[in-house]
Amino acid sequence: MHPSHFFAVLLFALCVSVVFGITMRETPRRMVRYGAYCFVLFVGAAIVLSWVMFLIAR
Amino acid sequence: MSTPPNRIAPAARNAASQRDAQKGFVYLPLIAGWLVPGAGHFLLRRWGRGALLAASILGMFALGLAMQGKLYTSGHEILDILSFVGDLCNGLPYIVSRALGLGAEQVQVTTADWGSRFIVVAGLLNVIAAVDAHNLRTGRKQG
Repeated sequence: MHPSHFFAVLLFALCVSVVFGITMRETPRRMVRYGAYCFVLFVGAAIVLSWVMFLIAR
Repeated sequence: MSTPPNRIAPAARNAASQRDAQKGFVYLPLIAGWLVPGAGHFLLRRWGRGALLAASILGMFALGLAMQGKLYTSGHEILDILSFVGDLCNGLPYIVSRALGLGAEQVQVTTADWGSRFIVVAGLLNVIAAVDAHNLRTGRKQG
């Protein structure tokens, strides 16, 4: 299996966010919200850092 | 005259539930959760949460193997030792995979490096899930 870097980031963020959401909050509604929050932060941070590295490398 | 059950003060009710929570072997969900991802929550009848945790952790472990990630055995360098500890946190999936000879001996392609990280992180997530099951068992966490 040779996923693209971005797809690997999506898979990683999905799995980690599910576990973080379930273990760090107590009610199902807050679990979903926290999991979604973590997912967005993981993927957003990866995209921002990728652009920063791209601009530094130029 | 005894106090009706619905008149029991909340503090006394909390103390009673704490005592109930301490009955039995409280570390069983922790150990089961470490050995088999999600098993700690299954023991506590949190079926949905256990299934999601198991799917996430086992999925991540399987993805790591599919990406030709390395299963660390031991090492002399500190990063190898830490990665080995992270792999061990997966419990039975790590032991079975080692026994079956799965996982790459050496990291040769970029995706294999990601795969190795997936396996290590799956182990660390497994510890978090097992501790969560323990906290549910002891009553430290509600829900």
